Order: sequence, then C-alpha cells, then structure tokens
Amino acid sequence: MTYDALILGAGHNGLVTACYLARAGMKVLVIEKNDWVGGAAVSRELTPGFTYSNCSYVASLFRPEIMRDLELPRHGLQILPYEGGAVFQEGGGYLGMYRDHDANRREFARHSARDAEAYDVYSRDVLRYCRFIRPMLLRTPPDPARFRPRDIGELLFIGKQVSGLSERQIADMVRFWTMSISDYLDHYFESPVIKAYLAVSAIIGTALGPMSPGSAYVLLHHYMGDVDGNIGAWGFARGGMGSITKALSSSLQASGGEIRTGAPVARVLVKNGRSIGVVLENGDEIRAKRVISNMDVKRTMLKHVEERELPGDYVASVKKFKTRGSSGKLNIALDAAPKFAALPEGSPAIKGDLHFTDSIEKMERAYDDWKAGHFSRDPFQDVMIPTMIDPTMTPPGKHFMSCFVQYAPPKIGDLAEGGRDWTDADRDAFGEACLNQIERYAPGFRNLIRHVEIRTPRELEAEVGLTEGNIFQGELTFDQLLFNRPVPRYANYRTPVRDLWICGSSTHPGGGVMGAPGRNAASEILRDAKLSPKDMSDAWPVL
Amino acid sequence: MSAAPHLNAPPALTHFTTPLAQTPFHPRTEAANRLQGWAPWAGYMTATCFGDSTMEHTAIRNAATLYDISPMVKYRITGPDAVAYLNRLTLRDVGRLAVGQVHYTAWCDDQGKVMDDGTVFRLGPDDFRLCCQERHLPWLLDSAWGLDIRLRDETEDLAALALQGPVSATVLAQAGFDIQALKPFRMTTCPFDTGEVMISRTGFTGDLGYELWISPDLALPLWDHLMQAGALYGLMPVGSEAVMLARLEAGFITTGMDFVPVQHAVREDRARSPFEIGLDWMIAWDKGHFTGRRALMAERDGKSSQWALVGLDIPGNVSAEGAILYFDKRREAGFITAACWSPTLKRNIAIAQVEARYDSCDHLWVEIYALRELQYQKLMLPVTKTARPFFAPERRRATPPGRF
Amino acid sequence: MPGPSFDRDVIVIGAGPNGLACAHRLASKGRKVTLIEAEATPGGGIRALPDLAPGLTPSLAHLVWQIDPRVEAAMDLSRHGLTWEATDIPTTVIGRDGNLVIRGPLTEGPDAAAWKALYQRLLSFAAALEPFRRMAPPRLQAGGNSWARLAKNLIGIRALGTKDFRELLRVILINAHDVAQDELTDPRLRAALCFDAVLGAWAGPRSPNTLILLLDRLAGEIAGRKGALGLPKGGMPALAQAMTNAATAAGVSLRSNSRVSRISIADDRITGVILHSGETLVAPVVISAIGPKATILSLAGTEHFDTGLVTALRHQKSRGGTAKLHLALSARPDFRGADLRSRLLLAADEHEVETAFNPVKYGEVPDRPVMEIVIPTAFSGGTGPHLLSANVQFAPHAPKAGEDAAREAMLKACLARLEEAAPGISALITRAGILMPYDIERQFGMAGGNWHHGELAVEQMLFNRPIAPLSRYATPLKGLWLTGAGTHPGGMSGAAGRNAADAVLEAKA
Repeated sequence: MTYDALILGAGHNGLVTACYLARAGMKVLVIEKNDWVGGAAVSRELTPGFTYSNCSYVASLFRPEIMRDLELPRHGLQILPYEGGAVFQEGGGYLGMYRDHDANRREFARHSARDAEAYDVYSRDVLRYCRFIRPMLLRTPPDPARFRPRDIGELLFIGKQVSGLSERQIADMVRFWTMSISDYLDHYFESPVIKAYLAVSAIIGTALGPMSPGSAYVLLHHYMGDVDGNIGAWGFARGGMGSITKALSSSLQASGGEIRTGAPVARVLVKNGRSIGVVLENGDEIRAKRVISNMDVKRTMLKHVEERELPGDYVASVKKFKTRGSSGKLNIALDAAPKFAALPEGSPAIKGDLHFTDSIEKMERAYDDWKAGHFSRDPFQDVMIPTMIDPTMTPPGKHFMSCFVQYAPPKIGDLAEGGRDWTDADRDAFGEACLNQIERYAPGFRNLIRHVEIRTPRELEAEVGLTEGNIFQGELTFDQLLFNRPVPRYANYRTPVRDLWICGSSTHPGGGVMGAPGRNAASEILRDAKLSPKDMSDAWPVL
Repeated sequence: MSAAPHLNAPPALTHFTTPLAQTPFHPRTEAANRLQGWAPWAGYMTATCFGDSTMEHTAIRNAATLYDISPMVKYRITGPDAVAYLNRLTLRDVGRLAVGQVHYTAWCDDQGKVMDDGTVFRLGPDDFRLCCQERHLPWLLDSAWGLDIRLRDETEDLAALALQGPVSATVLAQAGFDIQALKPFRMTTCPFDTGEVMISRTGFTGDLGYELWISPDLALPLWDHLMQAGALYGLMPVGSEAVMLARLEAGFITTGMDFVPVQHAVREDRARSPFEIGLDWMIAWDKGHFTGRRALMAERDGKSSQWALVGLDIPGNVSAEGAILYFDKRREAGFITAACWSPTLKRNIAIAQVEARYDSCDHLWVEIYALRELQYQKLMLPVTKTARPFFAPERRRATPPGRF
Repeated sequence: MPGPSFDRDVIVIGAGPNGLACAHRLASKGRKVTLIEAEATPGGGIRALPDLAPGLTPSLAHLVWQIDPRVEAAMDLSRHGLTWEATDIPTTVIGRDGNLVIRGPLTEGPDAAAWKALYQRLLSFAAALEPFRRMAPPRLQAGGNSWARLAKNLIGIRALGTKDFRELLRVILINAHDVAQDELTDPRLRAALCFDAVLGAWAGPRSPNTLILLLDRLAGEIAGRKGALGLPKGGMPALAQAMTNAATAAGVSLRSNSRVSRISIADDRITGVILHSGETLVAPVVISAIGPKATILSLAGTEHFDTGLVTALRHQKSRGGTAKLHLALSARPDFRGADLRSRLLLAADEHEVETAFNPVKYGEVPDRPVMEIVIPTAFSGGTGPHLLSANVQFAPHAPKAGEDAAREAMLKACLARLEEAAPGISALITRAGILMPYDIERQFGMAGGNWHHGELAVEQMLFNRPIAPLSRYATPLKGLWLTGAGTHPGGMSGAAGRNAADAVLEAKA
C-alpha cells in the first residue's frame, strides 16, 4: 500500500504537518522511532505517579491558528498561564516577578527605581519588534536570489512590513536584531539583577552568551509567542508538554491519519531523484508518494539519505548548518515543595520561573565554560515547578521540578583537540553542579528528591534525535534564519530530492514548540499537490 | 545630580499581597466609601464613587468636595540648574514663573510628541515640583545629564487633596486658612497642626478650587479638620467618576484618555504633538533649545500636523463615548476621546481627535451606539465644533473668592 | 536680518586622516578652510609619538590597510612626498609547530587551495559591499536618498552571481570562527582569519557579526591594490605629513597646537569655535573629526540637543579592546626564523583569539594575549636598534583592578607571550611602553580608547553610525557636522572625511 504522505518523527511539527495533510484528504502515516509520540514535547512517567515534561517544559510559541484549525482544545489541550518568578541573589536577596503591573513595578523599584519605570518602555519596544515579526511566522521565506513571482511577492510583503515603520524605528530594529542582549539592556537598565533576569530569554537554547551579538534576537524568539493574546506570556500545558502532541495525535487520528511508534527509520528510499518511501531498521519498507522529515536537516540528510543522491553543494551546506547543543535538563520528582530561603511565605514567585544567576557576567562566564568544552561550573538554570499550578502531574503534595540548564557542550574537553563524548561520570558531575546550586538557595531541597533524570546533549540526541542535542534543531543566528534556514535556496521546506520535505524546527521560523514550521511545510506540500488547504485558516492579523 | 534609588521600595517584601498601594487618606476614604468602589490609579487604590456620582458631581458645582489626589506623580527638582533643566525638559518658559506660582505645561520627546502634561510649582528660586499623571524617572534623569540638579520622586512623601467647588474658599476660611488673597495658579503655606500645609489655587474641575499638599503623617488630621470645617457647607468626598465629568465640562484633557503618551505608544501613529492636542499655545519658542523644539518648528513651518483636538457639541442627550466620527457620514475622520451629557451645561459635549484636514468639523457626523434594553440603537448625528472650556464660571477666577 | 560676516567658510576640528581628507576636499572646492589640531603635529592616530629611543619613533597605527582611492587620487599623495616601503606586506603566523606565511590569497600547506578560494570569495564580497563606503549611509525611507546610486550598489551585489549572492546573504552576519572552522583546517590560517576579523573590535571571533568586519577591512585598497597591507617609507607619520602637505597646498590653513574648548552657538546655529587660548574663530560651518561623543557631549554642549539624542549617544558603545605595545630592542629579535619584513601574528589558533577576549568582557587582563607585530625598522634595513610595535588583543578599557595594575599585568603578559614566540627577546628589550585603551583615550581623545571613536559593530554601522539621528554627517544643530572614524564608514582611510565634505558641499549647493 502506498501512503500519500509519510512523516518521519512524531514531534509536534511532524504531527502538525500530518494533521493538515490528513484534513486535506491525504492518506497519512507518521512513523516514530520511540515507543511513544511527542519528540521534544512529551509527558513521561519515569518514576511511578510522576509525570515529567522531560524536554520542553513551557508553552507560548505554539501558534493559536494551529490550535484552532486542528481543534486541539477539543482533543484535550489546555494551556495554563503561569505567574511570577524570581531571581535569587547571592547574599540572600531576590528579585521577584509578578503578573500585576504595579506589584511588579514596586518589586523592581526595590532594586532600582529607575529600572522599574524603564521596564515599561523596554517592554513597549520589545513588543514593537514582536508585532513586526509575528506576521512572518506563518509564511514561507522568500528566496532573495530568485525572481519567481512568489519570491518577489514575499520579499515585497517583508518590504511592506518595513515601510509601515518610521525611519527611526527601522534603525532601532536593525540595532536590536544585531546586538547582544547585554548591550541592549544597558540602554535601559542599571541593576545587574534586573538585567540578568531580562537576559534569560536571550540565551535559552542558544549557543550564544548574553554578550554575543545576535542574542537580542533570540530574546525576541522567546517573546513573540502569546498566551491568549498576551504577547510574551508563557504557560504550562496541563498534564505536561506531552498534552500538546497527545492532542495533535488524537486530532490526526480523528481525521484518518495513522501513527506507528517503535519504528525507527533506516534510510529514505530514493529512485530517479525522487523519494518513494523508507526502509525501517527492521527491514520493512513503507512506500509513500512523499516523505516528510520532522528530524533536523543534518540527521535527515546526512544519516538517512545516501550522499550520492544529493548535490555536493547541498551536502556541504548541510554540514555547515550549526547544531551545537548548549543545554541540559534535570527532571526531578520531589516529595514536597522546596522552600527557597529568600522567598517570603505565600509568595507567588514559586509558581513561575526561578533563577540563580544574578548577573550577566555570571551568565557569560557560564558560556565561557561551554566554549572551552566544559559544562558550566556555576550553571544558569531555569527552574519551574509546574505542579504548583497543574494538579494532574503528581500525587497531591508532591511536585515535579523541571530544571533547564545552560551551558552543556555537545562534546567535552579541549576544543583544539575536537573534544570527546560525554561519559556517565560527566553527566553525574553536571547534575551535581545543578543540584548543589539549588540546594544553596533552598536548604534541604536535596532531601526531598525522590528521583532525578539528568539529560545532557548526549541524552537529548540519543532519545529525541536532536543532533548534538540542539533543542532548536539548529542555532538561531542570522546565518541560519529566514531564507538561510536551514540552508540557502532550500528555505521553502523542500530538498534537492523531489518529494522529500523537511518540516521540523530546522526550517523557518525555527525552534520552540511553535508548530509553525510544520504548518508552513504542509502549506507548501498542499500547494505542490494542488490540494486545497481548506482547514488552514489565514494567519491572524496583528492589530 | 542624583536620584534616591529605593524611594518606591516598600519596607516589607510582601507587597505582592497588596498589589495596589493605599494613600495616606485611605482610612477615611475607605470608611466613607459606601459602595467600596475602587479602581487603580498610578498603582494606588482610588475611589471611583463614594455612593452616588451624580450627587458628587452636583457637590462639585454647588458646594465643596474633597478628592484624594495623592496618587499624582510628584517630582522635586532642586539645584542651581533647576530652571535650565525645566526649560530643557518642558515646553513653557519656567524663567517666567514667579516663586509661589504654578503653571500648566507639557513635555515632548525628540520627535516633538507629547509624553505628558502636568503642573510645575515654583517653590523657590531653585526649587520646583513637577506633578503629572505618568512616571518619568528614566527620562527625567536622562534629561538632567550634565546639569547640576537634584531630582527626587516625592510621590510617596506628599499627600494631596483637591478641595473644589464654589464654597471651597469658605470652607478653607472656616478651617482657619488665610487664602483670601490667593490668586489662581498661586500658592501659599499655612501652619497646620505640628507642621504646615501648602495650598495652591489649582484644580481639575474648572471651578473655584484649591489643592492642599501635606506630609503624609498629617494627612488624616487635615482630612478630619476640613470635614469638620465643611460640615455646614455640604463638603463631601467625591470619586473619580464625578471628577472626570467635571474635568470634561471644564474641557481639560487627560493623559492616557485623550491622547496616548508617546513613550507608551506601541503603534507609532498614536503619538501626538502639542499642535495635535491643542497644547501648542504653551510652546515658548524664544527661550532657547528644549527637547523636541526642532521637530516642532518643522511641524509648525511645514504645517504638517496630522491631527487636531476639538471640542464638540452633539445633538440630543446620548453620550458619544467611544464613537467614531465620519466626514459626510462615510469617510472616517476621527474619534471621540471623552463625552458626556453635561448636567451643568445641559448640553451633550465631547472631546475628539479629528484628522487635521477636518479641523473645522464641517460635515462631520458622529455614529453613536445607544444601548437601550440590551439592544444597540445606531444614531448618526451632525456635530458642531465648540470652544473649550465648555464650562468656565466667573467664580473660578474671582479674587478674593466669593462666599458661595 | 543680515547674518554675521565670516572670513572663512569652514572650520574642521582634528587633523587626523579624516579631518585632513575633509579639509582638503572642501579647500579644493574653493572653500576657505581652517583645520584646527590640538597637538603640535597633525596626523591623529598616525602622528609621530615621542621617540622611544633615538631614531625609534612609534605611532599608534602602525600599518595602512586602506586609503580611500578618491582621497588618494585627489590628494595626489605621492606628489606630496608619500612613498611606500611596501604595499604587499605578507603575514607570518607564529604557530605552535612552525610559522606560516600568507601573501594575500597565497599560502602553503594542505589548505593552500581552500585559503585561496576563501580569500578570493571574501575579496569579491568585500568589493561588492565597498561602494557603500563611498557614500553617506542610505536613508531608510523616501527622501534624501540617491536611489540611482543605491540601486547600482544593490545590482552590483546581485551581480556576484546567484550562488555567491546566496552565500553572501548567509555569511553577512556570521562569526569569523565558524567560517574559519568550516573552510580551513590549518589552525594558523584559522587564527589569521579570526584575528584580522576582530582587530580593533570589542568582540571575539565567536561573536556573530565579525566576518563583516573582515570584509570591511578587505574592501579597502592602497594604490590600486585590494586587500593590501602597506607601510609608508618613514613610517606612518610620513603619511600624515604627505596628507598635511596636500591639504595646505590646496589652501587649507592649518592651526596646530590649538585645542578647541567650545563650539560657539548663537540663535540655534554655529558661529565658530573658541580655543583654549580664549581666541575665537568664526565660521558658519564647523566639521568635527574628533569623535561624535566628544563633539556633542563636550564641545557643543548637550543643552543644544534633545534628550533622546544625547542619551543614545551617551549609550553608544565605544569600548577599546586593543592595547599598543612599543619595545625598543637592542638587536633583531628572532621569531623562529620569521621574515621580519612581514606582519607577525602571535595567535596559534582560533580558540586562542577567543580566549584572549574572555577576561576583557569582565574588565580583566588576559593571561595569553594575541598580537600583531610590525618591526618598521626591519623594513628600512636598519642595523641598529629595532622598534617593535604591536597591537595587542584584548585589553580592558575599564579594568576592575585599576588602571595601573592592569597596565602592569598586561605588559607582563605581553612580554611572556613574546618570549615564548621569540625566545631571548626579553634580553634585547631596552625600553618598553604600553598604551592601554584608557591611555589611548587620554592621549588621542578616542572615546573608550576605541580606534573608531565608537565601536565599529554592525549595530553601529551605516544608518546607525554613530547613532541614527547623526548618521548622515549632519547634526540637528545648523552648521555643525561630524566626520572622522566615528562616522560612516569608520576607520582612517579618509573615506569618512571625503563623504562628510561631499555632504557639506551638497547641502550648500
């Protein structure tokens, strides 16, 4: 039997593509190497009674157009906005964050009266950049080197977005996109802890430090999403991040699509320059009119397609695509809520993101360790306890703690020598550095631990399939964004092999649990197949 | 130049339990607030209505009223360059402001777009207070760079009450404060209790009225003292609903309601220049450079203003709040920023922003959706441009003030 | 109202290469120009510094990467005494396991072909971008643009061909380190690429937006030679002298030893300048080449400018990351046999360049700095004592440990690094001096000790150089103009001076 579309990998983008294709009438099969679906958006019970969001852990970027088109709420998806957060300072202080504007201003003013007010102007400016970029998310990037009407049309669309701004704002925006977040924040703020808090989004998932130019864009990448229209807000998926892919799977099956788990692909079959299906590791062949890979471009093209089927230039470009991992993750089952010494009783800060890095310098030094092939000795952690809000993930009174950690290099050791693979001992030492850091701010925390899962780039690559453990399936620098993502000329979700497509975060607009790459790929596939994307609503206008 | 860094810092770290701060008068306003109607104002709880907005508005025009204006943002500017500083910052010439005098002013960013309006009090040769709606600390500090001044946010150090209404002078006299000779936009200081109260003849109602400024620890005694003195004259506390009605009758504009302060405008086209909101009269062109001057000169000389702020008279008695204005009933020409049926004037009035070419308001119509028993009825009515203030009684200027 | 009468048309402040080029251009267009220089000799960053030892005259800049061809042609520098010791100076990278000589696109070893291809590609990218250096930064919206010119520049870029055009769009904001690793295997070539990309910048080679700095460097030419490296006969001060000769010959009146204390302003327009001596010079136009921050924040005075502009300029980044080392040597040093008539790079690989930047981010001194060494005395074939001149990367502009301690630590680190590369050199040193970025700021007036009077970084380039409202040489204050390295396109090629002069001429016309 021949499928219309075979999707490799049941991550959120692969499932989004599959859903749209199935709704357009295609016979769709999704195959997944793991015994479960979800890719990096999963809920896993690794210790009895405790559900972990053991990869991605918060939601904001997932496009609301997709949730609506695919009826995800009907298939069980609930996004819960979360509140608060804190940066703990050396010496026992902290900076809290509150959803209430005035409480937040008063809190910032404890650290700097000026910064508390500068924050409003800063937020306004970042919101302006978000409003500019949001309309680009659900569009295929143009190829500026071609003169096809569609490419010219898309270029004009971008041109129109730009020309709607004043000269001053364009200049500002170019500055913002090319700057380091550290330099950018210096224009607004004076308090080191406030700057450290605001720089967080600029480094999450990236192989840049807060002082690297281009990191301000990464901040935008984390701010351009929304929860119910609140741009920049983040939330939890009720039941863990796996609820997103679970709802997608359910939506897919409701429209007739199939999913096969435990089916690792060995090779994409290519005949006469066209992809005709895949061979699984167990030798089974699956035939399809088109194959769509949700794996990153490196894994897809360098591991599963024979090099002779690809032009040399293309292979060279794919090899240059940077997927250096920079993050690790600790997933912890706790017998009780940890008590952070600095937080007053009843503070809502514990319901949000918790950090222990109180200056940009410390963040940057953590990055220096990574550059030298070492995990950060004093790591940056983004700690969340989703069970403070979501009652479904653990038994009552128990908690799940998610610790996202930077930096963790893809290889350990001397870079001039090329480095070596992580060992279990390295992984455990990395875990210790993280746990000890938390213990310093929450004495007694370690005694509450029932189970810990430590994940370095090695584990992320092995389980989720992310090359070098890069959570964005490719770094978010300008040389790998927009029409350069994943490689120039092939930013339109196509590959040099006919009927072989890419739909994961390696493609525009990049990583995060966004679904946009998957939807954009589906749109291109349907256009090629001359099928009507009738269930694909237009991107919502920005008012 | 320096700023007190932790001024707004509450003593305890539990402010998340009280997201809105309370003013020094809160114990009294809370006790008097029969409806417990509160709204946020600049991070403070402020009473919207104590029991009956109509009666509160009537008291503003008939008797005397107290309105807690402590949330007003207040900056103190002192030092040898204070005049140069305020002249660089604001549109008017502070050099022409006498000690003991107050003026209404506004300030702009580099592009000549309005950031806020407010009042400047000259407390001494080198000593000023700036009162406004919005917080501006970063901009004020940036503007002070290179100048020898000291800037302090004294919002929390000063309680303030507006005592407004035709009988307000009588109430003050009854309370033992000598303000008979006090002219509009002047201030004086009177001893009170263990300290003193500063009284300025200023206000936001367009009526006879005063504003009283006092240390927070004397706030409650002052409230009690005034309430006692005014007991025979119908003195009552009023909420923001009544005051907003009065300010509209007086034709005053409010930051954030009639125009968006440029520093908060996400959409660039929402910013307005002084020309575009009718504040160009205050620009002191000949005082030397000030921020925005070159942009404003270009706008003046190039006649490039995009908008005009107008007062409107609308037939009938249905408030035009939130309505859109059309030229010839078809083309969108502007929108209403504030509107009400004026109980004082017995007219249906509004403030609107219209595109500059419709400044005359000829052939402009307003589309009003009147909600009547769950159903909107659409009205398309012609409007007439009207001078502001809509209401300007003689008594507001009379010195000495009349008894009633 | 009749305006004041002026006996000169223009005052140019600062006789560095851009000030000289600017003054020359205006004078040759018939303007009466007075060029004011605070120091005794003109030249700014290329002027002669006090002798380190008899006959050893150092200067801050020690090599010429580029002279704007328009400036070179118009000033006819060879007629005014400029001759070149060399314009094709090779680079010798002192590596861990031996030296590597690079002559433009040519080098040895397994990477020879890859280097040639890469170098030529970069050179073609640089050439495609170069026309932007010869014009005022484009405006972003209608009005004031030379659209024909802009279109021509863009067509020129597209004319690279589809493949190279795509590649240029990919690498335009990439970091130098990734390109080095992607294209090259020899650590010494990688080091050279990375070093040259970040020379004079406050960035390590892993920082995005660094390859474009190399393109900018390669965009220049000397005497028609692209990507050249030149040393004038008689050293850098000889270039200053030739430019000065050309300017005075064109009628520029040069006032040395004259420091401007204030730009005088009346009625919202320029009337001239007041010197430290108290003397007033009047002119309707003043062009300042001494740096945007110094000009606006000090000489003109912030009271004449809007708060937003002043704040943006105050926050403009101007961190110097390069120290200047001068050694008097009693004899020729031996860098493991390297030809001393080359530029010596002490950087073993790309990591070393990056690692040397790390501590500078925190205001600390690196243990192992990387450096570019020129021994001018070796070119002139002198047999006596030698002058070693080195640009040392990276050095903190505001050291946490204090200025003197940092200077001492930096010198120590430099000498240790030199001894390692040239064993025995320590014994030859008769005098040593190091200029930290803060020393450079003090002696040359460059904000933060940054060579460009404001970092030359993508976010401060083109229409954002130095800041958006000042990016087309004019200021909001009538009659006051900016030029110098702080304005587009930066550097000391004279391009900024020429562009600013053209902008003034255009405005007058």
